[in-house]
Amino acid sequence: MTRSALRLVVTWALLAGGAGQLQAQGNLEIDTPAISSLRASMQQRHQQIASHYESGAIGLTRDGLVTVRDANQVPLPQRGRLSALVAAENRDREALYREIARANGHAEWREQVQATFAQRWIDKARPGWWVQQADKGWAQR
Amino acid sequence: MVPTARVKSLGGRAALLLGAILMTAGCVTINIYFPAAAAEKAADRIIDGVWQLPNGQGKTAPADGDRQ
Repeated sequence: MTRSALRLVVTWALLAGGAGQLQAQGNLEIDTPAISSLRASMQQRHQQIASHYESGAIGLTRDGLVTVRDANQVPLPQRGRLSALVAAENRDREALYREIARANGHAEWREQVQATFAQRWIDKARPGWWVQQADKGWAQR
Repeated sequence: MVPTARVKSLGGRAALLLGAILMTAGCVTINIYFPAAAAEKAADRIIDGVWQLPNGQGKTAPADGDRQ
């Protein structure tokens, strides 16, 4: 009696676990107004940032953000603009990660979303761009 | 004697059932793990759009693709 009940419990738990895994196989929701506007904003900014990726003034960090890597690549008067670009880009990226987690009903996924993006930004970086390595050093793609 | 044992076993069974329900609820809550593959796909879609990469895979894009 107890044994069959125990078996029932185990089966039940396994089924529930399986259902959870199945449910997680689909796509993530990324088509919300908030996410779309962040994507558009980042896409537009990219036209100003791309040349800084190429010069090495801006690098891709390991945590899915960007940073001023070598300000000397930019004439002094333009450095304020450079750091403003970096700050704006990082604001959008942070918001993007947060919004994706939230859009999928799991605000607690934010860090994992960010880690996933961090890896993919670096994987997709163009030749010549600078990316941060595990030891925090910089490498050129 | 017999009724007492019966009640006791009923109580045991109820406790077991309650345990099963709690366990299932726990599994459902905990087992919604992060969908890594879906997240990667979403990241690729977004990055390709932001960086204007031809919607290829993680490879590097053709040279001078984003230079006008």
